[in-house]
Amino acid sequence: MSADLVPDASGRGAAFTSPGGGEVLSVVEPLIFASSRAGRRAVRFPVPSAQARMAAAGQPPLPPEARRADRPRLPEVSELDMLRHFNRLSHLNFAIDLGFYPLGSCTMKYNPKVNEWAARLPGLAESHPLDPAVLAQGSLELEWLLGELLKEISGFSAVSLQPAAGAHGELTGLLMARAYHRSRGEGEQRTRVLVPDSSHGTNPATATMVGYTAVTIPSNERGGIDLAALRAALGPDTAALMITNPSTLGIFEDQIDLVIAAVQEAGAIAYMDGANLNAILGRFRPGEAGFDVMHFNLHKTFSTPHGGGGPGAGPVGVSERLAPFLPGPQPMLVSGDPDEVRANAWAGRGTPGATFALESGGARPESIGQVRAFTGNFGMFVRAYTYIRSNGGDGLRQVSDDAVLAANYLRVRLSDAYDLPYDRICKHEVVFSGRRQKRANGVSTLDIAKAILDHGVHPPTIYFPLIVEEALMIEPTETETLETLDRFVDIMHRVASQAATDPDALRRAPETTPVGRLDEAAAARRPDLRFVADPVAGEAG
Amino acid sequence: MAYTPHTPADREQMLAAVGVASVDDLFADIPAGVRASRFAVPPPLSEQEVRAELSRLAGRNRIANVSFLGAGAYRHLVPSVVGEVIGRSEFSTAYTPYQPEVSQGTLQSIYEFQSLICELTGMEVATASHYDGATATAEAALMACRLTRRHRVAVSSAVNPQVRRVLATYCSGPGIEIVEVPADLAEGGSGLTPVEAAARVLDGGFACLIAQHPNFFGGIEPMRDLADASHAVGAQFVAVVEPTSLALLAAPGTYGADIVAAEGQSLGIPLSFGGPYVGLMAARMESVRQMPGRLVGATRDAQGRRGYVLTLQAREQHIRREKAASNICTNQALCALAATAYLTSVGPAGLFEVADMSITQARHVAAALEAAGLGERRFSGPYFAEVALRVPDAVRRHAALAAAGIVAGLPLEHEYPELGDTLLLAATELTTDADIATLVAALEGTK
Repeated sequence: MSADLVPDASGRGAAFTSPGGGEVLSVVEPLIFASSRAGRRAVRFPVPSAQARMAAAGQPPLPPEARRADRPRLPEVSELDMLRHFNRLSHLNFAIDLGFYPLGSCTMKYNPKVNEWAARLPGLAESHPLDPAVLAQGSLELEWLLGELLKEISGFSAVSLQPAAGAHGELTGLLMARAYHRSRGEGEQRTRVLVPDSSHGTNPATATMVGYTAVTIPSNERGGIDLAALRAALGPDTAALMITNPSTLGIFEDQIDLVIAAVQEAGAIAYMDGANLNAILGRFRPGEAGFDVMHFNLHKTFSTPHGGGGPGAGPVGVSERLAPFLPGPQPMLVSGDPDEVRANAWAGRGTPGATFALESGGARPESIGQVRAFTGNFGMFVRAYTYIRSNGGDGLRQVSDDAVLAANYLRVRLSDAYDLPYDRICKHEVVFSGRRQKRANGVSTLDIAKAILDHGVHPPTIYFPLIVEEALMIEPTETETLETLDRFVDIMHRVASQAATDPDALRRAPETTPVGRLDEAAAARRPDLRFVADPVAGEAG
Repeated sequence: MAYTPHTPADREQMLAAVGVASVDDLFADIPAGVRASRFAVPPPLSEQEVRAELSRLAGRNRIANVSFLGAGAYRHLVPSVVGEVIGRSEFSTAYTPYQPEVSQGTLQSIYEFQSLICELTGMEVATASHYDGATATAEAALMACRLTRRHRVAVSSAVNPQVRRVLATYCSGPGIEIVEVPADLAEGGSGLTPVEAAARVLDGGFACLIAQHPNFFGGIEPMRDLADASHAVGAQFVAVVEPTSLALLAAPGTYGADIVAAEGQSLGIPLSFGGPYVGLMAARMESVRQMPGRLVGATRDAQGRRGYVLTLQAREQHIRREKAASNICTNQALCALAATAYLTSVGPAGLFEVADMSITQARHVAAALEAAGLGERRFSGPYFAEVALRVPDAVRRHAALAAAGIVAGLPLEHEYPELGDTLLLAATELTTDADIATLVAALEGTK
């Protein structure tokens, strides 16, 4: 093993000698490489039979120059040590299942466990994406049914499940917008994508990936998009408006009808970033309201776990005029009446006689193509379908009602302690500013966030949206009890008063976490992005 | 089922605090003309009812008893301990690690993932993950364009067609031209990408050449020669690899790959009808600032404790917005954790066993079909764990076997019209001698 990683007897709290600087750092949990010993094994596999070896011998051998000279230096550990390592690492994480996680824009709601049960059913988990349709009817039907539910929820006329995440859905949406403009001979002229200054960073980044120029539209003093500025910016060179609604300020665009009309009048595509759909289920259907395209975040609205940064799923819904451009292959109902199949499935009668298939390549010549391999993050579809069926229409309406009620409750309860730049009814999240604490006490929003960590709660999203100074973006979700919300209010009040009485303590925070504030500047200045195993160690021969 | 905890009294208390009479008042800002006119989502189900519905759908699938299907997604053993690790909800219900003090579990596991992928590929830096191998390949091509400031991409026709389609979609964004390098798919040909064909296509206008190894047909490509041909015109060489093959095959870093992209599904991730999987990307350190996606780096806190953070974020969309290297945000972190747990639990010896069993059984199935007079190898070149076999009347017989729960690989004529009557058969460590005997007998029965 490598000499610079020495676990103590318990395997924890080891010392680490930096190979470069020679300084000694303490380590909360050693890297897995520290437990490696040549020849130690965990999972084993069968070896080929003599018959197989003999048969194989007559086939062309691997050319010697294609072979690897030495075995990769992967850790060699016991199964128990490996499991303990990852279990200990898990203890260093905060998670929804451990405590309140009011991270704005992320919808950190409870991830129901029956969803996990469903995704692990062997009949679904072992389904191969290229299995002949005759073997994959269940997977195809589930995709088709989920598409039908998403259409009903959003009011769009067609859906593609393929995009793997929200930003991927944005890419899909803008590629469709461009294909649409090209189909009308306006591909060359329409090159600008308008984004409000409160937008997610993915929106302008996506515009660039499609070869478009992002143009920022200011917000008005009420936190909505400045309609006059929007109208001035719209023109024959506008490809699309990308707008998050409710906005990242947690505010519903109360002139959304006028916004959509202005975009349509300019011949542009109205794109809705669906990150905040959790606020409006049953209340506002973007497709019905006139949007052309929206991505869903199944990992936000429909409770699929965030996984520490994915996998997500970012299906897109589109209006009729964009449907020909959807990515493929699409799951199709090939025999059976759609109304009857839906009615049967919703009533729990099964779907006798219905058969499904993937559309064949080239079926829709105007399709933008494929945005990822196969049909999408199917495991997330299983979870989202389970969630939607569990909640039902009434349950989903309740989700949004309670999410919005909780956010407004926090808005009112915290507005004495923190500045509220846009003091009006919010939707599922509320954005405060820490500028009062910054000016009066020299305590930054970062300090406030770190102090919150010491109270066993995950901090809100900070410094976003960019248009709010020292932003604190709080999204409580619908799954937290009133007691939890009240405890959070107490914590936020305590932090605010500590900012006045003992600001240094906040600047030292956090003190109860596995590590304190980490030196991010040093990390970027001298990137250490991997462990390099000792060249001799790890050789299994 | 409902996951909202509020009692009627709770809601009353909150409404009173907010100062509104009913929750409808909180939605008064939705213009009347665009409020939802309907919401016909079916009624809620109890847990036992929803389980019955999902069991019904799972039951409508027929999981093949015997399958030789691969073509980019592979049946492998997912060790129980891997499922245990990713099932821990401290990992699965955490968000992207934006608060590193309470995300060290996720961050350290990503650092270990990056270390393992670098070790497997022989590269210097690996990202935290991409959506899948296809999008990782497409992002690698865009990265090569940024690095070289060139706008043409060459890709071998022996790269998985799914990957090439995604590449085409991504390249259509910024208007990057794709030129295909024809693999030798002629009767009795090698099934490989001839270096002469690559050299004919490549010139100083190309950002990169993309080759897959083993290629879509399982073929062992002349990677060093293809890398040399790329470098001769100042282009990057993008190697698309299968991670389990790297127990036996040379690490891409040793044959001149500049960027490595891969589908990581083989590393402990269930088939799950195509996703979620995990895209791998690795490169040389000198290119790191043009890499898309998240990176985790080691650093320390004020007390000298080692810790991990997201780093070099000036490449990313939340900082750089329209100037970012990519729009990618959410990736496939939990799948990357599965790959980390997999590589750790199998170790070098286990990964070698997987590769050895796969390559041996692929040869075994080819030899068995040849010996029985049922098929013959379509190509003359060396192959890894997947092999293209000419089987008369392949499509009909494939369908007949499928009806009996046996998947005789993938008929190639849909993707490659010139490869009629050809089946692409894959083997893994799960392929048994009995599976091969079953396939032989079943094909005999469809003569």
